[in-house]
Amino acid sequence: MLAYTIRRLIWAVVVVLIVTMVTFAIFYLMPPGDPAIRFAGRAPNPRVLDQIRENFGLDKPFYQQYWIFLKNLVTGDEYGWPGLGFSYDTRVPVRNELLDRLPRTLILIAGAAVLWLIVGVTIGIISAVRRGTLVDKAAMGFALFGVSAPVFWLGLVALFVFWQKLGILPGTGYTAFSDDPKEWFLHLILPCTVLAMLYAAFYARMTRGNLLETLGEDYIRTARAKGLPERKVIMKHGLRASLTPVVTMFGMDIALLIGGAVITETVFNWQGIGSWVIRATTNSNLPVVVGVVLMAAIAVVIMNLLVDILYAYLDPRVRYQ
Amino acid sequence: MTDPTPGAGGDVLLDVRDLAVRFPTPDGVVNAVDGLSFSVSRGETLGIVGESGSGKSVTSLALLGLLNAQRSKITGEAQLKGQNLINASDDQMRKIRGKQIAMIFQDPFACLHPMYKVGDQLIEAVRVHEDVAKDKAMERSVEMLSAVGIPNPRQRATDYPHQYSGGMRQRAMIAMALINNPELLIADEPTTALDVTVQAQILELIDEVKKEFNIGVILITHDLGVVAEVAQTVMVMYAGRAMEHGSKEQVFSKPLHPYTWGLLESIPTVTSKGTRLIPIEGSPPSLIRVPPGCPFHPRCPHRFEPCDKERPEFTDRGGGHPEACHLASEEKDRLWHERERRRATVAA
Repeated sequence: MLAYTIRRLIWAVVVVLIVTMVTFAIFYLMPPGDPAIRFAGRAPNPRVLDQIRENFGLDKPFYQQYWIFLKNLVTGDEYGWPGLGFSYDTRVPVRNELLDRLPRTLILIAGAAVLWLIVGVTIGIISAVRRGTLVDKAAMGFALFGVSAPVFWLGLVALFVFWQKLGILPGTGYTAFSDDPKEWFLHLILPCTVLAMLYAAFYARMTRGNLLETLGEDYIRTARAKGLPERKVIMKHGLRASLTPVVTMFGMDIALLIGGAVITETVFNWQGIGSWVIRATTNSNLPVVVGVVLMAAIAVVIMNLLVDILYAYLDPRVRYQ
Repeated sequence: MTDPTPGAGGDVLLDVRDLAVRFPTPDGVVNAVDGLSFSVSRGETLGIVGESGSGKSVTSLALLGLLNAQRSKITGEAQLKGQNLINASDDQMRKIRGKQIAMIFQDPFACLHPMYKVGDQLIEAVRVHEDVAKDKAMERSVEMLSAVGIPNPRQRATDYPHQYSGGMRQRAMIAMALINNPELLIADEPTTALDVTVQAQILELIDEVKKEFNIGVILITHDLGVVAEVAQTVMVMYAGRAMEHGSKEQVFSKPLHPYTWGLLESIPTVTSKGTRLIPIEGSPPSLIRVPPGCPFHPRCPHRFEPCDKERPEFTDRGGGHPEACHLASEEKDRLWHERERRRATVAA
């Protein structure tokens, strides 16, 4: 188990290294336009541009630039660790803004994840057990709606109904927990629910499918032949085997969302990672894009690692390979 | 109607009468089991033989109440020590399963839960039926694993099924089946998925535990060799019906049904070197449209005029060896001898 973990850790480092290389290549080697001009703003004079290039090391050959990029990343730059440069738009160190926005995105994802996991898995179990009944059909109808409804539409409808018409929930925006815990919570409800909707639908279908498949396995028949009550057959023997793929999926979904729940954040004016990186992309705000891509990649690698370790724990067959 | 149950001299455990299992499907009703009667006594191993689709497994699943109640219709009765299994409630059946009737299945690779330790699966089997502490259940599990010949059982109990070989898994399945001292063990193709050498060991083990615990065994198989090895009585099934049912000696040395003749002639033996194996012509019928009269008549080389109209009664025509065939006894003697002679001449 330890050797397995160490082997996986080494691989994780290699992957992150490759990701930094590719990220760097894409955004510094083939930028859409000159980064110096982007930074300087309107009608810069050539001397200023040269100064900027020199400051940023843009005049150096690309391998040196990559080296500096890596070095700043690992040891930090004058603004702190990790060194990610600063935003062309706000002139604020990317690192600071990232750390400022990350918690908002994380709480949004966490809230949504709890919701979709509970709702999705529960619906999946119920419709698998009641397969073919009205309950199953209603649940799968909901799931189809959930996967098909676009998040931006769902978000706008939710805002319209609960904020505009009913007035029971606050509208867009984010309130810090330290400012007002109640407002913080109320502001979370709609974005989390809307984001969770799509995933709940996916998870309901996945759980239902996996559970139905598992319930057809021979070891489930064995469990019944033992005289186990049906509830235990399903909730213990059935779920144990059918939730392992769900765990994998869950890890990856969380990791991908850390890169930004773009649409949800945009609709709810949630100043998190997603809306930030979208604006940075349209403005060719390279340091921000690089910073976010890097963070997202690391999140994926780490979650992957966690999922693999967890998987080995959940499925004894994986452990001994 | 005479009692169609040979070999049931002793202490009858399970008595099945007119068991029928039907599955309504959009294409029509599947008659998986149709009017089956037999009984099993303590200390008896009943071998149920037939091709796939003959209703062997469905019979056992119906007895255990493991068929989906919405998708199957079960009629008839099955008395287990005075209790009818067919109209028992789900909860009653649950208490019978694993306690009075235990079952082992074909594929030991797929039958143990891959994510639980073998010992834990045995402990669970104990604790479903009995309110005992975990460590006590563990003791019993270790004892049982040892009884079925698993070396180093205390340590092996903490292994996962994938760390066991195929034969060991089947041994573990048997241990789990017997842990609550059931009275009847149903073994559905218990050796089909195993290596030949392991097959013999498992059959021997089933025979041993039958004697040791004085239980009844129903051994379901398509392999007449397996039946020859451990069964005392044999029932041959075709298209969900019993074709003949007698002691092992009766069925192997003086079979009464042309279908059994076909089965016996289609198995290779060492002594039959040079003999042509004679397969049974045609294939088993659709269970939605079972041929009228005798279901075997389209494939039977000896069919005559009533075979496609009248269903032959499954009955004992003397000798405690009931069968379902229109042929007269003398005619059967003659035909079977003729077939034997023909095989012998081909061999020579």
